[in-house]
Amino acid sequence: MGELEIEKHTQFIMSVEKKKDFDSMVMEHLRMSGAYWGLTTLDLMGKLDAVNREEVVSWVLQCQHDCGGFSGNVGHDPHILYTLSAIQILALLDKLDTIDADKISAYIVGLQQEDGSFAGDEWGEIDTRFSYCAVCCLSILHRLDKIDVGKAISYVASCKNFDGGFGCTPGGESHAGQIFCCVSAFAISGALTHVDRDLLGWWLCERQVKSGGLNGRPEKLADVCYSWWVLSSLTIIERVHWIDKEKLKTFILDCQDKEHGGISDRPDDAVDVFHTFFGIAGLSLLEYPGLKPIDPAYALPVHVVDRLFFGQPH
Amino acid sequence: MHGRPRKSSSDGGSQEKDMAKAAGLQSLQTQFFKNHHEKIYTKEALQLNAKLLEINPDIYTAWNYRKLAIKQLLESESESASIKQSLDEELRVVERALKRNLTSYGAWHHRKWVINMGYSSLDHEFQLLDQLLKADSRNFNAWNYRRFVADMKKSRDEDELKFTTKKINENFSNYSAWHNRSAILSHMLKNKYGGISAKEQEMTEEYELVRQALFTDTEDQSGWFYHLWLLGQKIAPIGPKLEMSWPCNGSQLVIDFNEQSHAYVSDFDTPFGTDHCMFSEGIPLVLHFSEPVKGVNASTVSVNSLLLQSESLVWRPISPHGLQAKTWVTLLKLPSTNFRAGETYTVQIRVADTLGIILLNGYNFACPTALNFSLDIHTMTIRSTGGNFETVPLAWEADFFFPLAIDENKFPIELHLDSLSIDGSGNQENTRWQQETLDREIKVCRELLEIEMDSKWAKLTLARLLIAQDMLSGGSILRNKRMHTDEVLQLFNDLIEIDPSHAEYYKDQFSLILLDKVSSGKQNLQEYLWDSKGTGSLSNGERNKWLRLHGLSLSRLGSLEQLLWVQRLDISHNRLQSIDGLEALQLLGCLNLSHNLLANFTALGPLRQIKTLRALNIADNKIGAHTVNSTRFSFPSALNNSSISNADTTRDADEENLEISWEITIAFKGLHLRQLDIAGNPANDEKCRRLLMKTLPSLKWLDGTSVN
Repeated sequence: MGELEIEKHTQFIMSVEKKKDFDSMVMEHLRMSGAYWGLTTLDLMGKLDAVNREEVVSWVLQCQHDCGGFSGNVGHDPHILYTLSAIQILALLDKLDTIDADKISAYIVGLQQEDGSFAGDEWGEIDTRFSYCAVCCLSILHRLDKIDVGKAISYVASCKNFDGGFGCTPGGESHAGQIFCCVSAFAISGALTHVDRDLLGWWLCERQVKSGGLNGRPEKLADVCYSWWVLSSLTIIERVHWIDKEKLKTFILDCQDKEHGGISDRPDDAVDVFHTFFGIAGLSLLEYPGLKPIDPAYALPVHVVDRLFFGQPH
Repeated sequence: MHGRPRKSSSDGGSQEKDMAKAAGLQSLQTQFFKNHHEKIYTKEALQLNAKLLEINPDIYTAWNYRKLAIKQLLESESESASIKQSLDEELRVVERALKRNLTSYGAWHHRKWVINMGYSSLDHEFQLLDQLLKADSRNFNAWNYRRFVADMKKSRDEDELKFTTKKINENFSNYSAWHNRSAILSHMLKNKYGGISAKEQEMTEEYELVRQALFTDTEDQSGWFYHLWLLGQKIAPIGPKLEMSWPCNGSQLVIDFNEQSHAYVSDFDTPFGTDHCMFSEGIPLVLHFSEPVKGVNASTVSVNSLLLQSESLVWRPISPHGLQAKTWVTLLKLPSTNFRAGETYTVQIRVADTLGIILLNGYNFACPTALNFSLDIHTMTIRSTGGNFETVPLAWEADFFFPLAIDENKFPIELHLDSLSIDGSGNQENTRWQQETLDREIKVCRELLEIEMDSKWAKLTLARLLIAQDMLSGGSILRNKRMHTDEVLQLFNDLIEIDPSHAEYYKDQFSLILLDKVSSGKQNLQEYLWDSKGTGSLSNGERNKWLRLHGLSLSRLGSLEQLLWVQRLDISHNRLQSIDGLEALQLLGCLNLSHNLLANFTALGPLRQIKTLRALNIADNKIGAHTVNSTRFSFPSALNNSSISNADTTRDADEENLEISWEITIAFKGLHLRQLDIAGNPANDEKCRRLLMKTLPSLKWLDGTSVN
């Protein structure tokens, strides 16, 4: 309880890439996302200067394939998830000029299906997470108009459930992670009218359990990562006052490893960079002092997003 | 990543084992990637890959590799049995991987990809799913996969419904089963009846199933969520319709028309008695629907009068979201000649006679409605109406107000609709069943509350049921027939105590019910109607009439369609963070929002749609106190790719603070405010004031000081 251990968390993040233990190896395929989580967390804490930007950019570019997509790590296959993470990293470091935006757009456009949905890669898995990746990535590249936005949105809308939430595919159970993806996709496309704010807002605020933490769907355990998925969705639909913010803050702080740094899914569990990011991003949305504000839909610091959209004319 | 205990740093022995495991994985991976990049698909290579996937089923590239291997096989092999054998091996690999991680997206997708080829037994898939869902009945990957297999097999909805019944009976707490039930049921009802309305018998059975769940464990939420959905299916207040208009049906406007300036001064009826207003461009005609719609235009809404022969009216949606809105406005411009002073002209409006008005879900708005009002026109001699604030700013303080006496004859304002709806016949039956269901479910909740006095779910559901019953029996026509308001308000107060984590949700609901009560009857509204003999707004001591809803702890606005006639509104000293919905008040001239909880200028976005607004008080709010702006995506800007407002978001190159500049533009650009009060907000500094004055060129008074 108590304070956010910024120094410890900084050290933890910096140490993650050097780890060679089993758990780290098992995560190698999603290193692009891991890098995005780590770097964004560092920026939120004001510690991004500790990083060698050139090194990062050079590694990111090594993960780009001829088709325009990015893979999770060098040598792995391209996928829309890691394409978004790559673009988010480059936006964060203000290095979007190192890539060919048209090429990347073409890759994403190629993944849109007849019904407006998006495949993750050439092998055809469909999921609303990929709809979010497409919309977010293209919007950052100022090329959202390259896809059929109307169809993309109506596909996402077709995933709306009886409780106001959204699932992976039509008929899929509501889950806070999917809800974040769908609500953010609507937000970025100016289509928030598809969300029943009161119904969904209530379902989301009911994710707060007695411990003060948030779960991802009814009868499940609280988990720090939902501090992001649920909180950002609530923020976008202006219903964040429906949860008890103080109790949530306390829960997140309780999930810190105060000795070694890092944040875990729940108190006293093993930490990882995924939960560290979502815990600190959640604290930022809760206006924890000393953290930079984060954009709830783009999941990047506000100053980065403002620079992208309100900065120099493009 | 999830649910793993934190290891202590001094666990040397296990560290060695772990490093050995890591090295093993590393070598497998290195070998696999070599095979992948060199496109080696030998039996050994595939076995190595399978071994890798068993350890780590989340390496998506490894699953891609297997698909490439199969594709290569299919190019050379055409014998069906041989193909099936290879594909069965794939399914075994997936099964082993799933045992390692039941939520591995890669594993599930690979299985789906294989099954899609059509060589495998679907019955075997159902068996596997039975096993897996027994092990983890909430696994949504498994439920999604089941939907896929059922679809491929062309299973009947009834059979899938039975499966959910089975799972629910195994454990009432299975939200996934209830969810799937809702999806299947919707699908069944849609197909069976060609629409979304349900057959009562089936719905009654659903209620019985839910009731068992609720009585088994009152605090288990799954049943309650499903129950709420059931209510929405049949009981939700009567479908989308036109809720209100201004001028309202049957009313009369007395108009003084100045031919030179084209100004109209209109006297009209309100709960205050007669009020008046000056319009400079035309008489606004406001239509307010119960849900956002699009397609309101001159062909879907006809406005006929001897005065407006073949006018092609332009209708504006009042919403930041572009084409869809609950509120639509047009301006009636009277011809300079061609009318006889002293005559009364009727204006007939017919809404949705022709198709074209569309709801959000794509369906047609199918509730044709007719209304009319009359215009009594005189040519204008010079008459002051007040509200120009030329000499002294408007005073906001309470000293200037005193209670208004109401004209007994002029209240309540009702919207008497001649409904042309052809749906008349079924309605009686419908309503009776709905009332029976509500009565029965209310009884259920009360019984549960006798067993569990402090059941939050029972209390919340009871409150919703009582609200629904009020709406059903009275509708919005007989708003003063609300019977349950006081009990509902008490229930929300109880909930604030029982479930303090969600207090703000209950307070919002409380505000909505309170406003519904306030606006639903003469007795109720009377205490909120005030006269102000304030300085500044008047040059001849004339009174101004205010609706004052200050100090009511309101955290949310509602029932605004009842207040379309309001020109001066005081909602100060409340707890408002948002003023969503206020844009419906298209006659609003003076608004007091001081002493609330508004956190950003962008929260004022709805006001931009109110062209008549002249005086605004937002002093003593929280603007600038927060780092998080939750209205970022609620208004058009480059952030959400809205083409509407590109002009708004260009900035001066030397603007230091992009955020505040954007916010002020979103809130104020295009408004003709004459008076603004913003003292007592953290954001109120020199830069802010400069930006405000730049964005509001018509501004005359800022915090009581003249700025011109």
